[in-house]
Amino acid sequence: MQAHDIILAQHPFFAGVKPQTWSLITPCASFLHVDAGKYLFHEGEEALYFYILSEGKVLLEAFDAQLGAVPIETIAAGDVLGWSWLFPPYRWHFSAKALAPVQAVTLDASCLREACERDHDFGYVLVRQVAQVLMQRLQATRLQLLDIYRTPERGKR
Amino acid sequence: MTMTSIAPELAQDPMLPRRYRIQRVQREISDTFTWILQPVEGNTVSPFACGQFNMLYVFGVGEIPISLSGDPGKPELLVHTIRAAGAVSRAMQTLKAGTVIGVRGPFGVPWPVEAAQGKDVVIVAGGIGLAPLRSVMYTLLAQRARYGRVVLLYGARTPQDILYHKELERWRARFDLDVAITVDRASGAWFGNVGVVTRLIPHASFDPSNAIAMLCGPEIMMRFTAIELEKRGMAAEHIFLSMERNMHCAIGFCGHCQYSPYFVCRDGPVFSYDRIRALLVKREI
Amino acid sequence: MGHLLQIDDVIIIEREQLQQLLVVLQEQGYTVVGPTVRDQAIVYDTVTTLTDLPVGYTDEQDGGIYRLKRRTDGALFGYAVGPQSWKHYLFPPRIRLWQARREQDGFQIEPERHEMQKFAFLGVRACELHAIAIQDRVFLRSHYVDPHYQSRRRNLFLIAVNCGHAGGTCFCVSMQTGPKVTGDFDLALTEILTPERHFFVVQIGSEEGASMLQDIPYKPASDEELQQAEAVVARTAQQMGRQMETNEIKETLYRNLEHPRWQEVASRCLTCGNCTMVCPTCFCSAVEDVTDLTGMTAERWRRWDSCFTMDFSHLTGGSVRASASSRYRQWMTHKLASWIDQFGTSGCVGCGRCITWCPVGIDITEEMRAIRADDATNAPQNH
Repeated sequence: MQAHDIILAQHPFFAGVKPQTWSLITPCASFLHVDAGKYLFHEGEEALYFYILSEGKVLLEAFDAQLGAVPIETIAAGDVLGWSWLFPPYRWHFSAKALAPVQAVTLDASCLREACERDHDFGYVLVRQVAQVLMQRLQATRLQLLDIYRTPERGKR
Repeated sequence: MTMTSIAPELAQDPMLPRRYRIQRVQREISDTFTWILQPVEGNTVSPFACGQFNMLYVFGVGEIPISLSGDPGKPELLVHTIRAAGAVSRAMQTLKAGTVIGVRGPFGVPWPVEAAQGKDVVIVAGGIGLAPLRSVMYTLLAQRARYGRVVLLYGARTPQDILYHKELERWRARFDLDVAITVDRASGAWFGNVGVVTRLIPHASFDPSNAIAMLCGPEIMMRFTAIELEKRGMAAEHIFLSMERNMHCAIGFCGHCQYSPYFVCRDGPVFSYDRIRALLVKREI
Repeated sequence: MGHLLQIDDVIIIEREQLQQLLVVLQEQGYTVVGPTVRDQAIVYDTVTTLTDLPVGYTDEQDGGIYRLKRRTDGALFGYAVGPQSWKHYLFPPRIRLWQARREQDGFQIEPERHEMQKFAFLGVRACELHAIAIQDRVFLRSHYVDPHYQSRRRNLFLIAVNCGHAGGTCFCVSMQTGPKVTGDFDLALTEILTPERHFFVVQIGSEEGASMLQDIPYKPASDEELQQAEAVVARTAQQMGRQMETNEIKETLYRNLEHPRWQEVASRCLTCGNCTMVCPTCFCSAVEDVTDLTGMTAERWRRWDSCFTMDFSHLTGGSVRASASSRYRQWMTHKLASWIDQFGTSGCVGCGRCITWCPVGIDITEEMRAIRADDATNAPQNH
């Protein structure tokens, strides 16, 4: 078993994966190192990988002509990154920059999608896990949007 | 015919403020400032516990509850961080050092700092909620060996709204503290965490089976934080929230601060999560 | 006259001797406060002679309705309760807590120095006695003692009166607070009127009560007179205008905080707060800091407040309880449920004032019945 297999096997994201399914996943896996300040991917590019961060910190950002680079959210070691690879048109909606040196296990997107087609049980587990990540990130984003720390205007209710 | 004697009880009326002088005013972020108060000559010093609050009175204007955010080991000076948000706090913002104000207190149920000895301590603060938790940090640091891992998670609105910036930097530099700070939004010049403070909980280093958590911030932030801490495996009895309600008397008589059966001024403001879990999800309670 | 009167003695005094009792009380320095007729209602005010009392008056009460009517006899206590309660005297609507004077360097605070009046309350109903005991628990036996309440309560002489007439909205039987007087009183009277006699059966409740009557002509009560007194109370108990089921009332209300009835009552409730003003146990107050135009003197006042106001639960940004339904829910669940957790008893004494004085006749007993009828525990599982 390679080092990235061990990382994947222990990661909570893959907790529901049956032992026999690992043979489908491991061919998709490889390692990635990104220096601080460098980008993992840019908005609009083809979404080629699903990332599992084992070290470092990644900043998701958007770019606006007037505002420049706008930070959205930071992803920490232990988190997973990216879901655009699962849904057409398979393009990134945001850019991802390493704030601290990043070590990650990457899973090739087309390899993963192929595995889902061949083994629907695995496909169900993968999509369910991605859905859970989406839910957590959406809840967090909603809290961000509420702007709860602002000084409330007087007597608006 | 009436008896003309003076009711003796009234001399010790808990509604009578004691006089304190503003020794120093420290500007913090945006509309926030800190008062360092000393008793006017002749007044006795009242010890306080972390999480308690005083009622601060501005002559002729009014009185509001403000948490104590100084070191309980040094009660000769009362430290209060105040955000100018209402009529009284805006009036407070105009007062200079040397001004005499009124103080009643300390009131309220404090943080369970003694019960946390021998355990990991997780402090989660949002916005100005860091102010009452700073007292806890001082207490923990004064007797660091008595506690396990100490984790501080702090969420602010933007990098410019990070309260006690310098103190946070000093704490972050220590090897015996885990300090993580995040902001809801930032400009491109920020290289720290972006996202709500609950996102810091899954990766914080503490033992959920042997920890006490102390939460302070907007109610919605505390509610979601408690849920995340439970997901990590913490028991609801070990998670503590500091609640806020309208207060007039702070001594359980005026009825304003009622939170279902609880008077926040005397049954709180610190409550364990198991006690108020059902109330937190009820609207307009 | 005769042997030394003791607690639990029951004696008889005639109508004239009640007047003598008033004189004795006044000579002892008491200000006697009792029922009077004013503004077409029974209102508690200073009384000096029996003619100040509502002689020959009774009341007719129902939801949103109160009328004084003349009786065919000269009963002194032939009514139930008026809009006010004794809290007007023990927990006054407006008092100053202290004054402060600006000085060169800061300010000086002067605690309030009020003259201690000794009050004698004449005509305290059984429900009102319970209400005083309930407010005693709030102001004297909680974490702090309220010195303003304490100074007024300390020298109080209580003359209770057993009810001979139930008001149309009374439900003291349900709340177990009457109609028979129980609790701490100095004297308890039962008024008996026959064509031949007008007398009072008096129960001695304290040493002070005994000493007040010691020099007034009295007779020991005969068995027949005792029975007449019991019959008065028994008859009143049968005349209750309302009823409240109190079994598990706290649990029922706690599990029905989302009941649709709260929205329904809110469509009728004006949030006027009358109920909180007339209720003998409501104790919420507002603290107001004021100053004069020169800014040289400041005062702190305490005045009655009501949980029905928009401002009551105000926090920066708005009120926690903005909707009328949440405010009605707060009042009713506090009165009947959370009060029990806070102080060990119900907050309601069944006097019916909130029903009578609600401008739209909202009936707390009916609201409770509606919630019980459709209790959350009976709801289908898949909600």
